[in-house]
Amino acid sequence: MPGPTFDSVAVGDDLPALLLPPLDRTTLALFAGASGDHNPVHIDLDVARSAGLPDVFAQGMLGMAWVARLLTGWAPQAQLRRLGVRFVGITQLGNMISCTGRIVEKLEADGERRVLIDLRAANQFGQTKIVGEALVALP
Amino acid sequence: MIGAQWIGRELGSSVLLVERGRLKFFAKAMGETNPIYFDEAAAKAAGYADVPAPPTFLFAADLDSGLIFNLLDQMGVALSKVLHGEQSFEYFAPVVAGDVITFKSTIKNIYSKRAGALEFIELEGLAVNQQGESVARTRNVTVVRN
Repeated sequence: MPGPTFDSVAVGDDLPALLLPPLDRTTLALFAGASGDHNPVHIDLDVARSAGLPDVFAQGMLGMAWVARLLTGWAPQAQLRRLGVRFVGITQLGNMISCTGRIVEKLEADGERRVLIDLRAANQFGQTKIVGEALVALP
Repeated sequence: MIGAQWIGRELGSSVLLVERGRLKFFAKAMGETNPIYFDEAAAKAAGYADVPAPPTFLFAADLDSGLIFNLLDQMGVALSKVLHGEQSFEYFAPVVAGDVITFKSTIKNIYSKRAGALEFIELEGLAVNQQGESVARTRNVTVVRN
């Protein structure tokens, strides 16, 4: 499938959204092992409770990995130049996250054509969890 | 309070062999389905030398070194008190299975808000591959809830 080209996209265009299933404990456990984030507050309910938290919650980088999937599902990863996010809310178990992106600028830099994309991850209640932006080169 | 004496401290370098199995595990854990992240032939057909590391994998590799967790330990910060505040990657070259990545991280800044109720540790890192080529620059803000 051919990816997007610079001339085929416009400022204001939305990327196809990435919709995740409800967050479960298995996903947190697998991501802890795969990501190297062994902080027990994400996987051990006893530790979370003793720290005054109601339950385990998602690793921030799990949400960022999903945001990255939104981008690499749209354009090949080799074209990704920059990805930056701020974690603005905690993703709880059962949250269904939607990752969305919108092209906000078309530019030329370092001899190539690029688009700047505003990124957001939010749950099914519209609560924002991650905001960020990415720079993607397009042919 | 985390002292300002930490600002500018270099955390030393760590070396990570990017293993193919680990990359596939990471791709699975993030719900990835694109075959280039699982199948060497698909990756090669897409122009990669081997299965590529997904965009955020380098942070995982950074965590493996233990540098960040050791730093928090030395600062006397409990893991249950930390949150990830910000993370960014600037990409210069692909990272694929078989690469050997060397990280160097520096503490760029430490600051507090709300009269010290929140403290922020800002790290900057550079990842270089076995050919001496810079593959990514990373920036990371950890929030400590006091």
